[in-house]
Amino acid sequence: MKAKRNIQRFGLVALVFTLFSFEAVADVPVPDIPEAIKGEQCVEEIGFMRRNHMELLSHQRDDTLRKGIRTQKHSLKNCFTCHVVKGTDNQPVTVKDPRHFCRECHDYAAVQVDCFQCHTSVPGGAKTTGTRP
Amino acid sequence: MSNEQQTHSKNKTQDNTQDNNKIDNYRRKLLGGSAALAGAAALGPGVFFTSIARAKPDAEPASSEVRWGFLIDTNKCVDNCDKCVTACNDEFNLTGFGRPETDAQWIRTVTLRDKKTGHTTKLPLMCQHCAHPPCVDVCPTGASFKRPDGIVLVDKHTCIGCRYCMIACPYKARSFVHETIENQKEYGPRGKGTVESCTLCVHRVDKGEIPACAEACPEKAILFGNMNDANSDIARRMASTASTEIRGDLRLDLGVRYQGI
Amino acid sequence: MKPTTFREITGNSKGYYILLALLGLTIAAGLGSAWYMEHNGHWVTGMNNQIIWGMPHVFAVFLIVAASGALNVASMSSVFGKTSYKPLAPLSGLMAITLLTGGLMVLVLDLGRPDRLIVAMTTYNFKSIFAWNMILYNGFFLIVGVYLWTMMQRNLNKYSKTAGFFAFLWRLALTTGTGSIFGFIVARQFYDAAIMAPMFIVMSFAFGLAFFLIFLLATYQWTGREIGCYLINRLQKLLGLFVAAVLLFVVTFHLTNLYATQHHGVEDFILSGDNIYSGLFWVGYILLGTIFPLIICYAPAFRASMGWTTAAAILVIAGGLSQMYIIIIGGQAFPMDLFPGKEVSSSFYDGVIVTYSPTAPEVMLGLGGVALAFAATLFAVKILRFLPLSLADAKINPHHSVQG
Repeated sequence: MKAKRNIQRFGLVALVFTLFSFEAVADVPVPDIPEAIKGEQCVEEIGFMRRNHMELLSHQRDDTLRKGIRTQKHSLKNCFTCHVVKGTDNQPVTVKDPRHFCRECHDYAAVQVDCFQCHTSVPGGAKTTGTRP
Repeated sequence: MSNEQQTHSKNKTQDNTQDNNKIDNYRRKLLGGSAALAGAAALGPGVFFTSIARAKPDAEPASSEVRWGFLIDTNKCVDNCDKCVTACNDEFNLTGFGRPETDAQWIRTVTLRDKKTGHTTKLPLMCQHCAHPPCVDVCPTGASFKRPDGIVLVDKHTCIGCRYCMIACPYKARSFVHETIENQKEYGPRGKGTVESCTLCVHRVDKGEIPACAEACPEKAILFGNMNDANSDIARRMASTASTEIRGDLRLDLGVRYQGI
Repeated sequence: MKPTTFREITGNSKGYYILLALLGLTIAAGLGSAWYMEHNGHWVTGMNNQIIWGMPHVFAVFLIVAASGALNVASMSSVFGKTSYKPLAPLSGLMAITLLTGGLMVLVLDLGRPDRLIVAMTTYNFKSIFAWNMILYNGFFLIVGVYLWTMMQRNLNKYSKTAGFFAFLWRLALTTGTGSIFGFIVARQFYDAAIMAPMFIVMSFAFGLAFFLIFLLATYQWTGREIGCYLINRLQKLLGLFVAAVLLFVVTFHLTNLYATQHHGVEDFILSGDNIYSGLFWVGYILLGTIFPLIICYAPAFRASMGWTTAAAILVIAGGLSQMYIIIIGGQAFPMDLFPGKEVSSSFYDGVIVTYSPTAPEVMLGLGGVALAFAATLFAVKILRFLPLSLADAKINPHHSVQG
């Protein structure tokens, strides 16, 4: 008997939570993904990219660095070059800006990437030479 | 714009428009013919100093038939010139925080003075791209590695920053990134907490260009090329004139050889 | 021989908690230092592109070497059949684990990318002695853990000799690996010597026993448990023997170097240079770390004195740290001989003796590791039965033991 009551209680709680979470979904800000500037199809199908871009990136990175294969298709550079976001000064924003292409989703999903501790996050890399930030 | 740079950009356009030609050159080269040499020579005089005849197609992996290297003629190295160093610093935005002890130096000029005779020599010193690199041997994670074409690199994705490679390198060729870096070039990732060194400008070499230091040297003291190709400029000059390795006693089979020391 | 009774220490005195709190503060300071170093990058330390490994490595290597040596007391009974050391075996195994933990904490927190520890643990280059060491360190935890288990669970006691034997073999491999970190370096004048590996093993005997003695004697003093003259005297003699053995290796090492003309430069630098290294060698290592402890360990006047034995152990540790500083820092400070017979100069400190000024965070990180080792031991002896109730002469019962 007691067990049955527990199950009922659990069901009630679950229901309440479900309702609340439906309610919540409407309010959650979804990431505002910057469109590719070229406006073409991404290098792979979008759903596939969402799920697998990290695999592609790490495969490409090993091919490029270790073997010297220099194709650009799945490169990190390609991501933020197509999906470049310009700031008010009409310059591409770096990953420090929350509007940066990679950050839009990664902030949302709370997944930290450390690519940009070493890689530049803007097309063309740093423009300056000889000076430090 | 200097003569070299003009030739350089001219060559670049040709690369873009005549992609097929480039691949043809490459194939002919692989077959061991000297046709590519002739092809490159046809581009005009001086072309050897700004490009290499053999540009690798993007999709092709680096080949172990190639051994990239430098032949450095110290007799041509001029006092008070550091154009190779500046070129490298500009290429990768290396110039520092004004802290000489911790700032990175991928290439430096070294002055030697014979203790007995007083004779002085000056030479540029960078990663020697050993065939048997001690840094690769000691790296616990395999982040230090050698590409099939002899270029020794650091895979910053797996470098844990233990610096054992710096302890092991006989040439002090490596630097540790001691602080946060934000001005990386697109082709030159660098980051705090990892070790780095001369990449032999691998991003240029894969495109068929020559490393920044070699390009910048006004005296053409730094000759870049494929040491394995008997017909290359570098191999022919190595065959005809004496050259030596720094600390050859270690038998590391270096990718950088010097004349005049 | 009656079985020894092991009991937890009470550990509820004011002194116990004050000591634990002080150690805790030191650990916290060490962790804070590590955070500061990692956040800003290593430029805030005294380490640079010339002195690549600094104070954290002096402490880390010292603790790792000491860890394998701390196990020695246990090996004396399980491998060499000296049964009078048997009651000390559990503490010996415990300190082997805690000292290694402290050392590895320092080593890992000094990495440029400590967040990638998982990479270090999953990606191995088997030609690297460093990679082997990671396997050796992890295996050491496991094997000594099993050894402790067989000692502390009565129905497993019959396996403890076997476990102890494997632990002994493993610790030899571990210290060989640690010494080879330097022994395998062909580039530098002061390294590249096969003697580094056995020298590190002998050093581990001395450093490990010193740490062990400090903890043991202080604990028995403060808890009022009895420890007999017989055992103190034996441990004293053992420490003296190890210190003398280290001296033999150090003398051999330097004599070999002094024989070869090409090494005269670096030997002059270490032994008679106008620098901190020669001071550390003659005063730190030879006088404080060797001669004084030898006198204390063998002169009849100091026989079986707990106070003097502790002093000797502290001196051995001071001498050992000096030695580590000389090997690690001194070995890097001396310029590499890239161009024999030439005077070399450059913007990258070629051909010059470089100076190293350790900063507070580096030292704090190192001390944090030492504190972690002691705090963990202090805590463990409170919650588990590592320490015999009494080590009085009658309990050790030398006259009936099998030792000769």
